[in-house]
Amino acid sequence: MKTFSREWLLSETPASRAQAAWGRRYRLLLDLTSNGLAVAGFLIVVVCLVASLGAPWFATHDPSLQELGNRLARPSATHWLGTDELGRDVWSRMLWGGRVTLGMVIVVVMAVAPVGLAVGCISGYAGGTVDRVMMRVTDVFLAFPRLVLALAFVAALKPGVESAILAIVLTAWPPYARLARAETLTIRDADFIAAVRLTGASPARIVLRHVAPLCVPSLVVRVTLDLGTFILTAAALGFLGMGAQPPSPEWGAMIATTKRFIFDQWWVPTAPGIAIFMVSLAFNLLGDGLRDVLDPKQR
Amino acid sequence: MTTTDAIRVDDLKVRYGDFEAVKGVSFDVPAGGSFGLVGESGSGKSTILRALAGLDRSGWTGGIAFEGRTVARTRDRAFFRSVQMVFQDPYGSLHPRQTVDRILCEPLDVHGIADTEKRIARGLDEVGIPQAFRFRYPHQLSGGQRQRIAIARALILEPRILLLDEPTSALDVSVQAEILNLLVDLREERGLTFVTVTHNLAVVAHLCDRLGVMQAGVMVEQLSVEDLRLGRARHPHTRELRALTVGLEAP
Ligand SMILES: Nc1ncnc2c1ncn2[C@@H]1O[C@H](COP(=O)(O)OP(=O)(O)O)[C@@H](O)[C@H]1O
Ligand SMILES: [Mg+2]
Repeated sequence: MKTFSREWLLSETPASRAQAAWGRRYRLLLDLTSNGLAVAGFLIVVVCLVASLGAPWFATHDPSLQELGNRLARPSATHWLGTDELGRDVWSRMLWGGRVTLGMVIVVVMAVAPVGLAVGCISGYAGGTVDRVMMRVTDVFLAFPRLVLALAFVAALKPGVESAILAIVLTAWPPYARLARAETLTIRDADFIAAVRLTGASPARIVLRHVAPLCVPSLVVRVTLDLGTFILTAAALGFLGMGAQPPSPEWGAMIATTKRFIFDQWWVPTAPGIAIFMVSLAFNLLGDGLRDVLDPKQR
Repeated sequence: MTTTDAIRVDDLKVRYGDFEAVKGVSFDVPAGGSFGLVGESGSGKSTILRALAGLDRSGWTGGIAFEGRTVARTRDRAFFRSVQMVFQDPYGSLHPRQTVDRILCEPLDVHGIADTEKRIARGLDEVGIPQAFRFRYPHQLSGGQRQRIAIARALILEPRILLLDEPTSALDVSVQAEILNLLVDLREERGLTFVTVTHNLAVVAHLCDRLGVMQAGVMVEQLSVEDLRLGRARHPHTRELRALTVGLEAP
């Protein structure tokens, strides 16, 4: 019965909830795959994730093995991307560093999106005093420049990956709350929500099951577009010595420790720079594609 | 007398900020009766209906009683098993991301009613929607089909009172008659009490036995449909509305 055939998915008269839901997802997927740039972005992201997760297999060297006699070597057959200032293999460090950088970003997203969604939906649906209080708190967080506030957090805690994650999360959620609230305000007085209120459903149920699902698409798009910024913030904190600590390989920290060689041995800081650029760009392409597909105005 | 009335509205006033949208309206609807609220756009008809349904957030004053029990601004869950509403625009009253099945299931879920399968199947039958449409999304349905789903949703908790806010005005003329006939049939079968908002006197003549005429937040006249048909309206605004409708239908 549950054959995931094309006909089954595209049926105009689905026979079950599951079939209707999968059909909708399949149509979204078809729309998305017709956008070449989005597919390119998606593929780059997948390649980076696979490369990072498979670091133990793809890496040619131990990322922290120092070869002081072979510092700042040019790319060669043994060291594909050369070596850094302590003679460590840059290719291997980039793979392992991807785990740290991408891992940080994934944790940030998993924390920021739900917090923003919850605050925004509750605030927008409740209205009145609840809304005013929650939005003033959001404003306070929004008023600080992100990197400065993140630096303050990290300085108050101890520098490290966990602190960097916490700092980015605390400074990144307000725009999501704003976005979710704006979406909620356009939905809350719609007749289809009034109809749910007429069932006697509790406000919690209405927000969770009827309002929030409609805010998710725009949040997903926004998250995808912001992923690049998160990577850059994570990298910047690493660069400033506030994020991942040496000898842990992290793209931002890798650039930071080798920045003085940019003129003479340019390939050393360039490799992680390109990695950051590629991933940020890929997420942006994917985000643009998702926006076209999920835009609620196009349905 | 009081206890037999399905709905009693006494000196209902609704304000939006400084603007008084409904300025003291009173009317009764006997159990099994069908009352029409007519009047031009902006005269406060929908506002009255939303206050009756408990949807008004801004607060109203006056008295509203259903089946002899006065109700407050917020209603308990049991209230919605006896009073339901159908909205004007079927394109805005169905959740765009939910299937027909889910839309019809929600009221049953909220009230902890178990035999959802049977109830949904019966609900679709009653409004003349094929079972094959059960797992479609609203955007896969026509306007008339959507309004039928909205009616099925309102009836699935088996209410005794149905509030209808211009249930046909967003539909094609050819579909309007179908929906009106469906409503007439359902009312007969279930002995429902109707309050119907409309600006179309033909709808009133088809669906209602009494009507109240609204003008700028005031109910200027109440009369039976019989009186209306025989041209016994006393208030100039009623005559005006009647002349308009007759004028539209005569040629
Ligand atoms: N939420 C609201 N806020 C402010 N004014 C409103 C609101 N809803 C309706 N009104 C005003 O109240 C009056 C009556 O509206 P309504 O009851 O919708 O009229 P009708 O249904 O008879 O066309 C109109 O003048 C309208 O502009
Ligand atoms: Mg209206």
